Amino acid sequence: MSELLQFLLSGVTVGAVYALVALGFTIIYNASDVVNFAQGEFVMLGGMITVAAYAAGAPLPLAALVAIVVTAALGVAMNKLTIEPARGAPVVSLVIITIGASIFIRGAAQLIFGKQIHTYPAFSGDDPIRILGATILPQSLWVIAGSVAVFIGLWLFFTRTLLGRAVLATSNNRLAAQLVGINTTFVMTLSFALSAGIGALAGVLVTPITMTSYDVGLAFALKGFAAAMLGGMGNPKGALVGGFLLGLLEGLTAGYISSQYKDAAAFIVILAVLFFLPQGLFGRKSTDRV
Amino acid sequence: MTPKNATLLALAILIALSPIFFPSSFYYRVGALIFVNALAVTGIVILTGWAGQISLGHAGFAGIGAYACALAPVHLGLHPALAVLLGALISAVLAWLVGRPILRLKGYYLAVASLGMGILISMVLNNERDLTRGPDGIDVPELGLRALLKDAGLDLSNGQFWYFFCGIVLILGAWLALNLRDSATGRALRALHGSEVAAKTVGMDVARLKLQAFVISAVYASISGSLLALQNKFITPDVAGFMHSVEMVTMAVLGGVGSVAGAIFGAAVLTLLPQVLTVFAEYEQLVLGLVMVLVMIFLREGVVPSILRKIRGRGE
Amino acid sequence: MTLLSIEGLGISFGGLKAVNDVSFSVKPGEIVSVIGPNGAGKTTLFNMISGVYQPGSGKVILNGEDVTAMSPHLLARRGMCRTFQNLQVFQSMTVLENTIAGYHLQESGHVLSDLLNLPASRRRAREAEAGARELLKRVGLERAAEREAGSLSYGSLKRLEIARAMALKPKVLLLDEPAAGCNAVETEEIDHLIAEIAASGVAILLVEHDMKMVMRISNHIVVLDHGEKIAEGDPASVSQNPAVIAAYLGAENAAG
Repeated sequence: MSELLQFLLSGVTVGAVYALVALGFTIIYNASDVVNFAQGEFVMLGGMITVAAYAAGAPLPLAALVAIVVTAALGVAMNKLTIEPARGAPVVSLVIITIGASIFIRGAAQLIFGKQIHTYPAFSGDDPIRILGATILPQSLWVIAGSVAVFIGLWLFFTRTLLGRAVLATSNNRLAAQLVGINTTFVMTLSFALSAGIGALAGVLVTPITMTSYDVGLAFALKGFAAAMLGGMGNPKGALVGGFLLGLLEGLTAGYISSQYKDAAAFIVILAVLFFLPQGLFGRKSTDRV
Repeated sequence: MTPKNATLLALAILIALSPIFFPSSFYYRVGALIFVNALAVTGIVILTGWAGQISLGHAGFAGIGAYACALAPVHLGLHPALAVLLGALISAVLAWLVGRPILRLKGYYLAVASLGMGILISMVLNNERDLTRGPDGIDVPELGLRALLKDAGLDLSNGQFWYFFCGIVLILGAWLALNLRDSATGRALRALHGSEVAAKTVGMDVARLKLQAFVISAVYASISGSLLALQNKFITPDVAGFMHSVEMVTMAVLGGVGSVAGAIFGAAVLTLLPQVLTVFAEYEQLVLGLVMVLVMIFLREGVVPSILRKIRGRGE
Repeated sequence: MTLLSIEGLGISFGGLKAVNDVSFSVKPGEIVSVIGPNGAGKTTLFNMISGVYQPGSGKVILNGEDVTAMSPHLLARRGMCRTFQNLQVFQSMTVLENTIAGYHLQESGHVLSDLLNLPASRRRAREAEAGARELLKRVGLERAAEREAGSLSYGSLKRLEIARAMALKPKVLLLDEPAAGCNAVETEEIDHLIAEIAASGVAILLVEHDMKMVMRISNHIVVLDHGEKIAEGDPASVSQNPAVIAAYLGAENAAG
């Protein structure tokens, strides 16, 4: 019993991170139909920049803030330099561009931060909290709280603010949004900033648990994508639920089957969803216009 | 002469005459590596350039081809040449199984699914130590063809043998691809890339055509992996790694993703670069990423087709 | 002798009835036109008949077979082909290749035969090319055969699309605004072409805005308004039908 609970708790922790990455995917996908393969690099950058700023003497909260702001700025730069010039390009080209950007960021991180594994202290110490015979790290609570807070924040933003509604309108119909005077270029910029910032936050929160290095981004991207697809592409609620489900699945796989193959859980999910449930749990069927 | 024959002839002449300019025998090895990569990239041209689908896991198929050559002779007693075919067969079946449900969906789903599949294959190769010896790699038996040629009176050094052997396989691969290009199937692939809905209305079974392209390109990657393993007589799971998949796509994109000649050019440039510039290893990811982004934005057809267009434009 | 019959076809988008309970039929050699004000549901109806959309209700019967919601590539095998209002040509292929693509069903063999360039593949490709050149001559594009399709004028592309569709030797041809965006000369060329195709026994279903052209070449006209069929008959009777006049006047008033 306590063993199962332990696996579930560690599953929820990583699941929260996947949910954040999936939310980042969803924001950009909704605003532009672009599937951003560089989403995982934002997570890496969040952790890495915090490491660098902390090492340079900044207190941890400031280092984390710097990481999130810088990553958001990099996200905006990526949009301006790679996505905007390629507007209207076919899906294949956009996939190649975002993969290229992802490899580029990875290569740059390797040059700047080196190949070592980095980490920094947990926010509230390392004393595990006992729950019914299982334990959870205080940092895990930070991760879970972070992802729930982001979800609530996004929900408020998209339903309660004019700007958020403008973003939603753009995702429904770009042309119509332009016609009613929404600045769709700004909406794209905002989406990339939000998405990169959320990815960086995930990296900031999880690094004390999982540690980080220049090449962790790809796995996060793939798992975030698996989570988004499981929930249904483009659906924020689906991204959240998909993230936690995937994390739980991974936790249980690691516990009961093989920790070596825990990463396989995500790929099995991707394949299974594509085979049996291409619309995902909360997705809707789409009709292409001719 | 048709463009197809011109390309093949130019390729054959290039392969036959390049050794005259080799400063050292080391370049036979570099040449063989270029041919092996170019073969895999030719498969990418069929899949991405013509059918308009993208795979980020093709190194997985190269891994299957490579490890088939390492394992099948030892465990099944197969001749290495048959092991190449077995690897190709397994890759084809796997591509068919993965591609069949996914190629009915939107473009990026194949990218994600193949990325996952590639990582899964590389994970298996790394983890199943009892079978694959894990990340340290495994020995691969001799193909044995060089000894046969020697008995027949043709004495080639190891480097020379693999240079010409891979060169011939590449010409064969290019010939098949160019045949396909101007056939009903190739035309249909390029058509569905242009407009899927129009392709359907003229009776093209779009999902089936994409699947054919995916399977064929998987076989190209698999044979490329087999050739790499056989000439090195040693292989590590890196052959199936994500970066190898990215290299394949970048080579295709650089040369021109719709052109077989471009594929070979792209493979040559990106294979030579790390050999000539030793510092390249450190900057590899940076450069590959930059190439992908820049070519896609500024030179979407790739280097070779853009140059050809310039030349033709001037000729008219 | 009905070739294509549409029985009570309907579809809704988000609760809104775009097309509701539309029925009519087309005989071989007949030109049937579907007209109606903008937004009447003409293209939606076309998309349902040609298998691009799945109808919410009703049936499409082709040659006695129920082909409702059948994928377009299977419809092509059964002799139905269409063109598109917003041009769907294969831009980066040559004009000739575009037309040969129309021969896909006759030309395609086994993929291995194509890879190895076996004599069977070569023979089929030669036959397709000969047929395609013949068709290009018929639509007046033989001199543009080797040009990239993307470089053609709008009117030429319209004719290219028709040539490609004719390559299938269809029994039923659906033409979605074949003359839209064409000048008077081009319209007349297309006009003749359509009449010629119909004369060869092909059933033609036409959506067209150019009212003069519709009145000139149609045997039978179906009028849609707000997704419903409001009138049907020969050109003379339809043009005098009060409901039709009201629908068009209403639309013009609304537009003005």
